[in-house]
Amino acid sequence: MLKIKKHVDETPNIKTMRFDEKLEAMPGQFVMVWVPGVDEFPMSVTYTGSQFGIAYQIIGDGTKALAEKKIGDRIGIRGPYGNGFILKGKKMLVVAGGVGMAPVAPLIDSAKKGSVDLVLGARVREELLFEKRATAAGAKVHIATDDGSKGFKGFASELAKELMDEQRFDQVYACGPEMMIAKVVDLASMKKVPIQASLERIMKCGIGICDSCALDGFHVCKDGPVFSQVELKNLDDLGRAKLDPAGRKVPV
Amino acid sequence: MTDLSVEVCGLRLKNPTMLASGVLDETGKSMLAVAKAGAGAIVTKSIGREPRIGHPNPSVVELEDGLLNAMGLPNPGIGLFAKEINEAKRGGVPIIGSVFAGTEEEIAELAGMMAQAGADAVELNLSCPHAKGYGAELGSSPERVERSCWLAKQACNVPVLAKLTPNTSYVTELAKAAERGGADAVVAINTLKGMAINPEAGLPVLGNKFGGLSGPAIKPVGIRCVYEIYDAVQIPVIGVGGVTTGRDAVEYMMAGASAIQIGTAVWLRGADVFSLVCKEMTEFMKVNGFSSVRQLLGVAHSGRH
Repeated sequence: MLKIKKHVDETPNIKTMRFDEKLEAMPGQFVMVWVPGVDEFPMSVTYTGSQFGIAYQIIGDGTKALAEKKIGDRIGIRGPYGNGFILKGKKMLVVAGGVGMAPVAPLIDSAKKGSVDLVLGARVREELLFEKRATAAGAKVHIATDDGSKGFKGFASELAKELMDEQRFDQVYACGPEMMIAKVVDLASMKKVPIQASLERIMKCGIGICDSCALDGFHVCKDGPVFSQVELKNLDDLGRAKLDPAGRKVPV
Repeated sequence: MTDLSVEVCGLRLKNPTMLASGVLDETGKSMLAVAKAGAGAIVTKSIGREPRIGHPNPSVVELEDGLLNAMGLPNPGIGLFAKEINEAKRGGVPIIGSVFAGTEEEIAELAGMMAQAGADAVELNLSCPHAKGYGAELGSSPERVERSCWLAKQACNVPVLAKLTPNTSYVTELAKAAERGGADAVVAINTLKGMAINPEAGLPVLGNKFGGLSGPAIKPVGIRCVYEIYDAVQIPVIGVGGVTTGRDAVEYMMAGASAIQIGTAVWLRGADVFSLVCKEMTEFMKVNGFSSVRQLLGVAHSGRH
C-alpha cells in the first residue's frame, strides 16, 4: 500500500496521482491499481523513477473511488508490468489522443529536445493533457480538437497525416482511442515508417495468465501494452473487435 | 532416443504436458499459441451454459511461491465456444473441454455440448473452490461426483475426465466415486482454497475474499493426492499442482500420474514452459536410464528396481 503524496486535476476528468516511492518503469508500462473494497485496474505510469505517478480518466466506479482519495490515503500498487516504448530514431512523431497522452509523456520527457513532434488530440481544448509538459520537454506540439476550440479542427490522426505527408519521421508512436491508433498504424505502414502503439483491453490478472486481455493470440498485459509494427500489422482485431468481461467478442 | 509420448484414456499425446484449465485458454488463438509452444494437449477454460463475467478484481494475488486467484469462472458460454475450439484444433493436439455447472444433470448436458462443439475429451470441473454453487460444491460429495460422471458418460461419446478437489480429507473416495461413475480418468488436484489479507487495508485482497492457491506451494499436496489416488483406482490419474520444471513432472509421474498439467508455471516461465519441461524431463531420463516416459509411471510406489 502506498500513500498518496499529490493528487492533481489536470483536465475536467483526468487526474494525476503521485507517490513518495520510487518505481522504475519504461514509458508505456503499467501498474495494477487497487482501491481497497472497490476494484483493481491497470493504469499506465506517467512519472517514472522517484515520486512515480499515474494519470487516469474518471470513467467508472473504480476510478471514481480513486478520484475521491485524499493526500495521505493509501492504495495498492503492483507492477510495473508489460512492455514499454523504446526510444528510437532522431526524428519522432508521437500521436496521442485524450488520456492516451499519459503513457507517452515520459517517453517525450526522455527524448532529446527538439527530436519529437507531438500531435496532441482531445475532444475540446479543456481536455488536452500535458501540453505544457510536452512543450517544456522540448517537443514541437501540434494541437487537434474535435470541435476546433484549439488548433486543428478534427482528429489527431488527420493532423498526423498532414505532418507525415510533409515530413519524414524515423519512428511513430501512438496511444489513444483505438480507431485513432488503427488509422495511425495504417498511415505508418503506408509511409513505411516503423510504429509502436499502446493498446488497451479488459485486464484481470495483469500477469499474462488469465486470457481476459487476449488479442489475436497476444496478451495486452504481457506481450503489450506496447506493440511493435510486426505485431500491429498482424492484428486482425485491431480497431475491430475486443473481448467483453465474459470473453465474448464485441465490436471495439 | 527418449520417448515422451503417452496415451491417456485413448488420447494420444506427443508429450505428457497439458495446459491446465483456466490459463490462456478462453480464446482459440491463445490456445493455438500454447499448442505451438509445445503443450501435448490443451484443457480449455471452464465453460458454463451462459456467459459469465466472473468475480470483481482483484482476481489474482502474486505470492512468493504461487498465486491465489478468484477469477470466478468467467467464460463466454458454451454456445459461442465451438468457434474457439475449432481455432485451437489447428494446433494439432487434443483439446479437452472443461465444463462447470451447478447440478449433475447440467454438467452432463454441458459435457455433451462440449463434445458436440468439437472437444476431443471433456474435463468435469468438480473442484473450483471460489465460485458459489459450482465446482467443489458439486464435487465434494462422492455421490454427486459419481452421478456427474455417470450422466456425463451417457451424454457424450468422448473420454470424460473428472477434476477433483484437494479441499477434502477423502480425495481417494472422490476418485473411487469418479471411477464408479465411469470416468475415464481423474485429474488431481484443483487449487487449495485460501485467502490473503492486506494488513494496511485490513481487508482480504481478492474481490471474492477467498480464492484458490496454485503453483509450487501446493506441489507436495498434489503429489500426495496423486500417490493415494493411484493406489485407490484403476483408471489413469493426471497430475496437476505446481509443476514448474521437468523434475516436478517426473515426481508426479513417479507418484502415479500418466500425464501432467501446467498452469501457474506459465506465469513463472512463459508459454515456453511446455518445451522447457519436456527438455528437462528428457535430460533427467537420459541421465537416469529411462528410455520412455511411460517407465516413470508409479515408480515411487515400489522404488526403482
